Amino acid sequence: MSLLGSIFKSYRKKSASVAKERLQVLVALERSSRAGMPDYLTELQEDIFQVLAKYFPVERDQVKVQVEHQDGCEFLELNVPIVELEAGGGYTIRTQTQSA
Amino acid sequence: MAKVIVVTSGKGGVGKTTTSASFAVGLAQKGFRTVVIDFDVGLRNLDLIMGCERRVVYDFINVIHDDANLSQALIKDKRVENLYILAASQTRDKDALTMEGVESIIMELKKSFDYIICDSPAGIEKGAFMAMYFADEALIVTNPEVSSVRDADRILGLLDAKTFRAKNGDEPVRQHLLVTRYVPSRVEKGEMLGVNDINDILNVPLLGVIPESTQVLQSSNAGLPVILEAGTSAAQAYEDAVCRIAGENRPMRFLQERKPSLLQRIFGGG
Repeated sequence: MSLLGSIFKSYRKKSASVAKERLQVLVALERSSRAGMPDYLTELQEDIFQVLAKYFPVERDQVKVQVEHQDGCEFLELNVPIVELEAGGGYTIRTQTQSA
Repeated sequence: MAKVIVVTSGKGGVGKTTTSASFAVGLAQKGFRTVVIDFDVGLRNLDLIMGCERRVVYDFINVIHDDANLSQALIKDKRVENLYILAASQTRDKDALTMEGVESIIMELKKSFDYIICDSPAGIEKGAFMAMYFADEALIVTNPEVSSVRDADRILGLLDAKTFRAKNGDEPVRQHLLVTRYVPSRVEKGEMLGVNDINDILNVPLLGVIPESTQVLQSSNAGLPVILEAGTSAAQAYEDAVCRIAGENRPMRFLQERKPSLLQRIFGGG
């Protein structure tokens, strides 16, 4: 190895700290995506549909519930487009609940 | 009260079966009535590591299917008192392992044992799920490799969500981290993830560190759980970890490179 090469090699990051950084990023990402798909979401979705269906003509698959991540916060996002049968127009319920 | 401990990892080849065997022996040696169950249906190997492969007549699935009763299927260890092995079936039918079957066997074993060690198969398929489902505590085995640490984290997610305790809102499965194949000199050189690094990533209390040891392969060659090779570093590390899981306080060892003593240099070993 050339002298220059060996100097650069000594400046290169140790592989263990590279491994740690990569894993920290990956694990954080995978944990948050796990948290975004918990079993309760499907149940919550169904419950919300049942309640809304009492008041509005709404289709089951139009009730969308998901967990979003932004700036270190988790947002529960509920999205339900409701079409008024007579008027032809529509309106949407949008709500965001913030949890730590 | 009997305790069910699952030995799990996600990744294969990190030392689940070696750990299950040594923990079962260690707990039995401490006087606890212990049974170790192989959950790897189709690829049983615990019997080989425990050195009782020629004594398997009935297995786990035979008991589930009522082809044999538990006392016929339990293999009594010849070296250690209080220790029994339940072998996995070699059937290729993975669905042979039913939730109801596993539950009834574990409930039955709880009546007469202090510790039930469940040796999980690799992966996150049915066998791994069954092995962890009824656990009170979990030993997460990982070595200092990126793939192994990542897979361990996936298992942590399953333990938090897919076990009996999680589903019933009971106190969560108590998690312990066991790091295997550890080489302190490589950690010092920055070539290998250290226990603190792994802990920063996984955030699970460290139960023990098993140093890389040539003895592990030799013990499995002989069908002798490595903890029985008294005096070797791997055996000492497993003894420590067993004591800790039983509630004793033991300082961590094998985190630094040991300089061989003059005697060891002359006579070898270590």
